[in-house]
Amino acid sequence: GRVKEMNTYAWPTVFGGAGGESERTRADIISTVEFNYSGDLLATGDKGGRVVIFQREQENKSRPHSRGEYNVYSTFQSHEPEFDYLKSLEIEEKINKIRWLPQQNAAHFLLSTNDKTIKLWKISERDKRAEGYNLKDEDGRLRDPFRITALRVPILKPMDLMVEASPRRIFANAHTYHINSISVNSDHETYLSADDLRINLWHLEITDRSFNIVDIKPANMEELTEVITAAEFHPHQCNVFVYSSSKGTIRLCDMRSSALCDRHSKFFEEPEDPSSRSFFSEIISSISDVKFSHSGRYMMTRDYLSVKVWDLNMESRPVETHQVHEYLRSKLCSLYENDCIFDKFECCWNGSDSAIMTGSYNNFFRMFDRDTRRDVTLEASRESSKPRASLKPRKVCTGGKRKKDEISVDSLDFNKKILHTAWHPADNVIAVAATNNLYIFQDKIN
Amino acid sequence: MAGASGLGTGPGAAGGDGDDSLYPIAVLIDELRNEDVQLRLNSIKKLSTIALALGVERTRSELLPFLTDTIYDEDEVLLALAEQLGNFTGLVGGPDFAHCLLPPLENLATVEETVVRDKAVESLRQISQEHTPVALEAYFVPLVKRLASGDWFTSRTSACSLFSVCYPRASNAVKAEIRQQFRSLCSDDTPMVRRAAASKLGEFAKVLELDSVKSEIVPLFTNLASDEQDSVRLLAVEACVSIAQLLSQDDLETLVMPTLRQAVEDKSWRVRYMVADKFSELQKAMGPKITLNDLIPAFQNLLKDCEAEVRAAAAHKVKELGENLPIEDRETIIMNQILPYIKELVSDTNPHVKSALASVIMGLSTILGKENTIEHLLPLFLAQLKDECPEVRLNIISNLDCVNEVIGIRQLSQSLLPAIVELAEDAKWRVRLAIIEYMPLLAGQLGVEFFDEKLNSLCMAWLVDHVYAIREAATNNLMKLVQKFGTEWAQNTIVPKVLVMANDPNYLHRMTTLFCINALSEACGQEITTKQMLPIVLKMAGDQVANVRFNVAKSLQKIGPILDTNALQGEVKPVLQKLGQDEDMDVKYFAQEAISVVAQRLRKLDFPVKDSGEPSVPRADKNHFPRPRVPGEDTGKGPVYQLHGDTRDTLAQLEIAELVHFSQSRD
Repeated sequence: GRVKEMNTYAWPTVFGGAGGESERTRADIISTVEFNYSGDLLATGDKGGRVVIFQREQENKSRPHSRGEYNVYSTFQSHEPEFDYLKSLEIEEKINKIRWLPQQNAAHFLLSTNDKTIKLWKISERDKRAEGYNLKDEDGRLRDPFRITALRVPILKPMDLMVEASPRRIFANAHTYHINSISVNSDHETYLSADDLRINLWHLEITDRSFNIVDIKPANMEELTEVITAAEFHPHQCNVFVYSSSKGTIRLCDMRSSALCDRHSKFFEEPEDPSSRSFFSEIISSISDVKFSHSGRYMMTRDYLSVKVWDLNMESRPVETHQVHEYLRSKLCSLYENDCIFDKFECCWNGSDSAIMTGSYNNFFRMFDRDTRRDVTLEASRESSKPRASLKPRKVCTGGKRKKDEISVDSLDFNKKILHTAWHPADNVIAVAATNNLYIFQDKIN
Repeated sequence: MAGASGLGTGPGAAGGDGDDSLYPIAVLIDELRNEDVQLRLNSIKKLSTIALALGVERTRSELLPFLTDTIYDEDEVLLALAEQLGNFTGLVGGPDFAHCLLPPLENLATVEETVVRDKAVESLRQISQEHTPVALEAYFVPLVKRLASGDWFTSRTSACSLFSVCYPRASNAVKAEIRQQFRSLCSDDTPMVRRAAASKLGEFAKVLELDSVKSEIVPLFTNLASDEQDSVRLLAVEACVSIAQLLSQDDLETLVMPTLRQAVEDKSWRVRYMVADKFSELQKAMGPKITLNDLIPAFQNLLKDCEAEVRAAAAHKVKELGENLPIEDRETIIMNQILPYIKELVSDTNPHVKSALASVIMGLSTILGKENTIEHLLPLFLAQLKDECPEVRLNIISNLDCVNEVIGIRQLSQSLLPAIVELAEDAKWRVRLAIIEYMPLLAGQLGVEFFDEKLNSLCMAWLVDHVYAIREAATNNLMKLVQKFGTEWAQNTIVPKVLVMANDPNYLHRMTTLFCINALSEACGQEITTKQMLPIVLKMAGDQVANVRFNVAKSLQKIGPILDTNALQGEVKPVLQKLGQDEDMDVKYFAQEAISVVAQRLRKLDFPVKDSGEPSVPRADKNHFPRPRVPGEDTGKGPVYQLHGDTRDTLAQLEIAELVHFSQSRD
């Protein structure tokens, strides 16, 4: 069974500060995690505007167990803090999202965005160096220009592998509000970027213009009732994208039918249960993430307390609803007071779409097996992740007697939240960002 | 170059003591790796010099291997390299060695930057022509195959452009292979490659045997035209044009039309847009029979498409469609089959559609002739002149000449006027700017009488617009009008009104007078400039606002060439000298600049200028001297000022001499 398999996540690799709360600085907090299409590279972005890329080690005869371990491949500063002088606004350097491009040559490309500006980065390797100058000796001394007797053409010699990250394009000045999503189209030449009220369509090679395809800004801002929270392209149908709203609904648009997609072609909404209606209903129903399954048949949405799977052919209700931390329903009032209720949890599919994963508090994250309907709570922490040991399932006790190994709702640490997780596109390898630490867990090798 | 080529025999040739002619080449080679991109670029652009110095052998054995691995560089360097290599055959030893250039270009053909890749492909295509048939099969075709089966789609996209250059010269066996490879790229996994294949399909079809076109290209075309990706399908429309040119009418009907019909009704507006955008090409390629039976109905659908972008693209083609129809059927087809749809579009909900139509609709009048234009098109023009969207009105007005030829503009003038007035007063300054630019054209077509009566006041009103760009355009407009209507007209209608503004309380309007004078003086000629304009300019030298004063200096410099020596010597120079002592820095600067230009001109006219020191007394008596800035003082009194003027004159004269000397020594 899948859940059993899930329990065997082991061999964690931990990156980040050596642990202690005191060492945690704001800039180191991881703000996005994303595998590339092959899963061999994993990128993280942080609040300090840096992007760190990890590479999976290839099979190695001398170190048979090293297969699959991820090591730092490249680190670069993607965004810097800026100031918008016209609007007197500070623009944070925090990386909101990273999306990889399908690999087109030996180099790798990714898009990274902060609130306003999207950048296309190229990550490439260099392992040769040119040697030999005409006007200099090997040790750098200048030669007498009048005593040059022969011309020397430089020769390429092998050198230690160097990984370079270079900015290739900057897509700026198209968003008035904060960018929350970017998504690459399956046509491999366009991508979308979404902010609170608008979605723009870009060509990857053109930076000086983009097309506005969705605009929900009302003429009078006082009539504003909802904002766009996330948007994503369909994995195969180049004309289809979805966007989610703060009201808990999802709209699917078809770009074939018209150039402006203000009118959706599908509208996914689950009727509200009047019995559970409360002051917090609207806040907790806000969708923080939407992801198509790899097959393109389903999509998954995350709201504050649950994760839902929708069949694209059924708009009236989700086909699955998984409770992530239902025990928090009684604590919404204090979560509202400490602003945690506005946390934006992301969610992800495994490679075969049979399981899903999303984060919670207290460094817990949840996995749901869609076939067996079983679920598990795991913890990302240095203590629980001893090398080659399996992760132990955790349980939160809700009232009554607390069993051994259980943790009470009241002792959950709400500062330790797991908002960003990623699942390898083919293998059972997951990456979990716990504030400033990145945990990579993978299946045991038989 | 000739000297450098002598070094080509190798290092030994230069002799033991060194050769200073090697130095520049040595620098160029070292700078291939300089940290400064500009220097690297410079070296790459002189690659032929380096190669010439190294000689063909070392170029092949050392330089090219080095360049093959230089693909890490900046795009602009790679682009220059790709371009250079296309003309390198002579430098590697001629056609027999052209294949040595393939490795570096092969690498460049896989980089991610499209411009670099395209340039590398262009150079490869160029070099392919220099290969002997044997070398082509031994080196070039294997390269194409390598690219076509490469792991990365950048290399496969590059391959798509290379098939057509090697196919005609390849043997039959290789031809079959090439066709096979092209086929497989047409069904590649990545849309990137399928797009490249689709965009080269037409080109490839042209070099194929007709049988192969029918048996192989057409099925590929059909497949690409029903690809799941919109971006691939829309490229198939383009291919359709090239393929259609190769086939007979009967074949077109059975092999191409089903696919084209499908494209016209494609679910994606982008594909339909492409059909509309390529409509004229399609019409020409398909011929009159298919046009009549199929394309006209298709065009009707495009004109009433649900997507505005498609309707706009189709509306743009209305005129060309008419022009491409056989002469004898034109009128009937347009009248019966197209005009009803055009009438609908005139009141379309989308402004882009309406303005697209407005930009071409006037062109139909030549096709339909006078009667039809008056009866059917004129009501449309009149409606469009009243359209709520200013762009529609502008587009009609800017194309008036087409109608003018057919029915004369008088038919329209009654409706034209309110439309022009409204645009002239539009709240958006860009709209006002646009209509100003059509004024000279309109003036020419409407005639001077109509213009004076109805439009002249508008032109004058723009001179005091609150946006500078409008005032500037308005002054240029006056100049063009004077060129059209002549100096007499200018003297009677324009100049007095412009000059009155010199007394305007707003200094911006006073400056407009100066700008107008700058623009008009040449068109108006010496007499008007000297008698009417110059006095006003001189008078303004005493303006309170420094901006006006330095513009006086600039104006005097500008109109200097039109004036005669007397005016320059007696009137302009003293005023400039006075301004040259102004308390304002800018005024001083521009005055001195003008002084030097004027002095130069005086020298040219009357060399040597001996009497330049004496101001001519009779002129000084005239009341043309700018008055000093004493508020309330009467302009007519000058003696006090004259004294000042005289004493300063020698000083200023020295300055002039110095400036002239300086500018001469610089020459």
